[in-house]
Amino acid sequence: MLAQRLHVRFAPHLALVPMALVVLGAYIGGALWTLRTSFTASRTFPSDNFIGAAQYVRLFDNERWLLSLHNLAVYGVAFILACMVIGFLLAVFIDQNVKGEGVLRTVFLYPYAMSFIATGLVWQWLLAPGSGIEGAVRQMGFDGFSFDWIVHQDLVIYTVVIATVWQASGLVMALMLAGLRGIDPEIYKAARLDGIPAWRVYLQIVLPMLGPSVATVFLLLSTAVVKLFDAVVAMTQGGPGIASEVPAKFIMDHLFLRSNIGLASAGAVTLLIPVLALLAPYAYARSRRARLAGGHA
Amino acid sequence: MVTPRYLAAACTWLCAAAFMPGIASAQAAAPRAEVIHWWTSGGESSAVQQVAQAFRNAGGVWVDSAIAGGDQSRAVTINRIIGGNPPTAAQFNTSKQFTDVIEQDMLNDVDLVARAQDWDRILPQPLIDVIKHDGHYYAVPLNIHMQTWFWYSKAAFDKAGIEREPASIDELFAALDKLKAAGLVPLAHGGQSWQENILFSALLANIGGRELYLKVIRDRDQATILSPRFREVLLTFKRMKSYVDAGSPGRNWNDATAMLIAGKAGFQVMGDWAKGEFTNAGQQPGKHYGCIPGLRADTPYLMQGDVFVFPRTDKADAVKAQQLLARVVSQPDLQVTFSKLKGSIPVRQDANAAELDLCAQKGIEIIKDRTRQAGVTEVYLTPDQNGAMQDILTAYWNMDIKVDKVQRSIANALKY
Repeated sequence: MLAQRLHVRFAPHLALVPMALVVLGAYIGGALWTLRTSFTASRTFPSDNFIGAAQYVRLFDNERWLLSLHNLAVYGVAFILACMVIGFLLAVFIDQNVKGEGVLRTVFLYPYAMSFIATGLVWQWLLAPGSGIEGAVRQMGFDGFSFDWIVHQDLVIYTVVIATVWQASGLVMALMLAGLRGIDPEIYKAARLDGIPAWRVYLQIVLPMLGPSVATVFLLLSTAVVKLFDAVVAMTQGGPGIASEVPAKFIMDHLFLRSNIGLASAGAVTLLIPVLALLAPYAYARSRRARLAGGHA
Repeated sequence: MVTPRYLAAACTWLCAAAFMPGIASAQAAAPRAEVIHWWTSGGESSAVQQVAQAFRNAGGVWVDSAIAGGDQSRAVTINRIIGGNPPTAAQFNTSKQFTDVIEQDMLNDVDLVARAQDWDRILPQPLIDVIKHDGHYYAVPLNIHMQTWFWYSKAAFDKAGIEREPASIDELFAALDKLKAAGLVPLAHGGQSWQENILFSALLANIGGRELYLKVIRDRDQATILSPRFREVLLTFKRMKSYVDAGSPGRNWNDATAMLIAGKAGFQVMGDWAKGEFTNAGQQPGKHYGCIPGLRADTPYLMQGDVFVFPRTDKADAVKAQQLLARVVSQPDLQVTFSKLKGSIPVRQDANAAELDLCAQKGIEIIKDRTRQAGVTEVYLTPDQNGAMQDILTAYWNMDIKVDKVQRSIANALKY
C-alpha cells in the first residue's frame, strides 16, 4: 500500500531524471567549465594557469568586441520590434477569414524552415550592389536608384535585420494566430455592438489578452538575437571591415581560428549575463504569478 | 523468390566481402599515411598529387584527406589530435599556428631527417624559428611563399605610358597616378581583411625596411609602434585606398588578379600563388605581366609556406610512415615539381632552380642573402595577435579613424 503510494508519487520525478542529468551535465556543467576557462590563460588547449580577470580586461579593451556588442543591441531592438509588428499584423490579416488561409500560412511560415545560411546567401545576392534588387530596379528604368546598404559601414547591420526578419516573422505570425484563435468571438461581437473601430479592438482589447503569446514570442526572438551568427557569416563575413561583427562570431573566431579559448570563454560568459539579467525577472514574475494564482484556487 | 539456397549464397558472398579487407591489409605491410591538407583548388591538387606519387614511389600508401579551407582543415586536425584519433600527418602554414600543439607535447619530432640533411645550415632562419623548439624539429617545410609581390599588368602599363617598373615608393605613387589618369583601376584590391593585412605588410616592409618591420612585428616594441615612422606607414597604407575601385569590398583575390589579366587594372599586391591565375589565363611573366619583389634594394623577402606536422603516436607502423613522408617531402626534386605547380619556391636552396619561372628565380636569388630573409606577420605573432591586428587594420582601411587612435589600438593589441 505504502510502496504503491510512494511509487505514484515518485514516478514522474523518475521520468524526469534523464532530462535533469542532461541539463546539469551539458548545460550547467558546460557553463561552469566556460566560466572557469575564462579565468585561465588558455590558448589552443584549456590550461590550468589562472590569471584572474585579465581576459575580461583584454576583452573590453578590444574594439571589435565593443562594436559587436553595439551591433547586437541595434540588431536586437530592430529585429524584435520588426518581427513582432509584422508578425502580429500578418496574424490579424489572416484572422479575417481570408480565402486560402492554409496556403498563406504556409507561404509565411515557409522561410522559417530554411537554414540561416541559405537565407543569408539568398539575401546577399539580392542585396549585392549592381545586381540583385538594385540591378532589377535600375533595369525597370530608374537609373539613379541605389541600394548598397550591404557595403555601407553604418547600414550593413540593417541588411542582416531585413534578412532575418523575413525569415522569423512567419513564426511570430503562427504563434500570434494561435493566440488570436483562443480569444472568445463574443468579445468581437460585443465590441462591434458598442461601435468600437476594429483597430482599437485589436490594439486595446485583443493585444493585452495575447500577453502570454507575446511573452513567448519575445523570449524566442531574444534567444535568436543572442545567438546570431550564421546569417552574418553567410551575408557579410562581418564586413565591410568589422562593421557587421556580432559577439557570437567573435567567440567562434577566437575559439576555432584564433586559438584563444580563454578570451572566447570570457566573451561567452559576458554574453550570458544579459541573458540571465533578462530571464531572471521574467522567471521570477511567472513563478510569483503562479503562486498567487495557486493561493487563490 | 527468396529461397534458403539463395540466402545461403548471399551469406557466403557477404562473408567473403567482409573478409576481403582483412586479406588486403594482411598483404599491405607498406607504411600507410593518412594526410590532412587543404590543397583543393586546381593547381594545388595537381601539386599535392606529386607529393602523393613520390610517397608511393618510395613504397608508402597515401590516404588523402583533403578538407577545403585552411581554417576548417586546421580545426579538424586539432580536434582529431585532442580526440585521440590523429592523422599520420597534417598540413599547417609555416607559422605559429601549431606552436601550442608542440608545447603540449602532441607532435613527433623529425630530428632524424633534419640531422641527416643538416637543416640548421640549409634552411632560412625565419622558417627554423617556427619549426624548431628546444633543439628539436617538429615540422617538415615543403615550400616557401612570398606574400607581398607587386604584380603589374604590362598592357595597363603601356596604356598609361609607364616605361619602367617603379623602384621606390615615390615612383610607385607616380605610376599609380598615371594609371588613374589613363582611366584604369590603379590598384586591384580584394577588400577582405587578410588581403588588407598583406597590403599593409608590403608597405611596412617597403617603407620601413627590415629593421622597422621586425621591431614592430617580431619585437612588438611599443615605442616603435607609437613612433612617427610607423605613423607614416599607416598614413601611406590609407593613401592607397584612393587608388582602389568602389567594387573592392568583399572581392576575392583571384577576381582582383583577373582585373590585371584583362588589362583593366595596373597593380595588385598579393602572394606568389597569384601566378597560378596568370598561368591559367595563358600569360607569361616578363611578357604579359611583371613581378616586383620589393621597391628597395634591401626590402625583406616576407616568407611563409607549408609544412607537414606529425601528431604523436607510438605505433611502429605510423612512426615508420611519418619518417618516410618526412624524407620524401624534404627531397629537393619533389619541392621543385611541387612549387612549379603551386607557384611557390622550394625550401631547399640546393634545388635546381632552372626549371622555375622568372619570378621564382628572382625569389631564390633574394633569399640567398640572409639579411633579406624575414617572416610574414604570422611567423612572429600568435594567431590571436595577428587576428587582432588584422581587425584594426581592416577597420582603419574601411572607416574614418584617426591615425593616432589606430597606432594606440595596434600597440594595445600587440601588448598581450
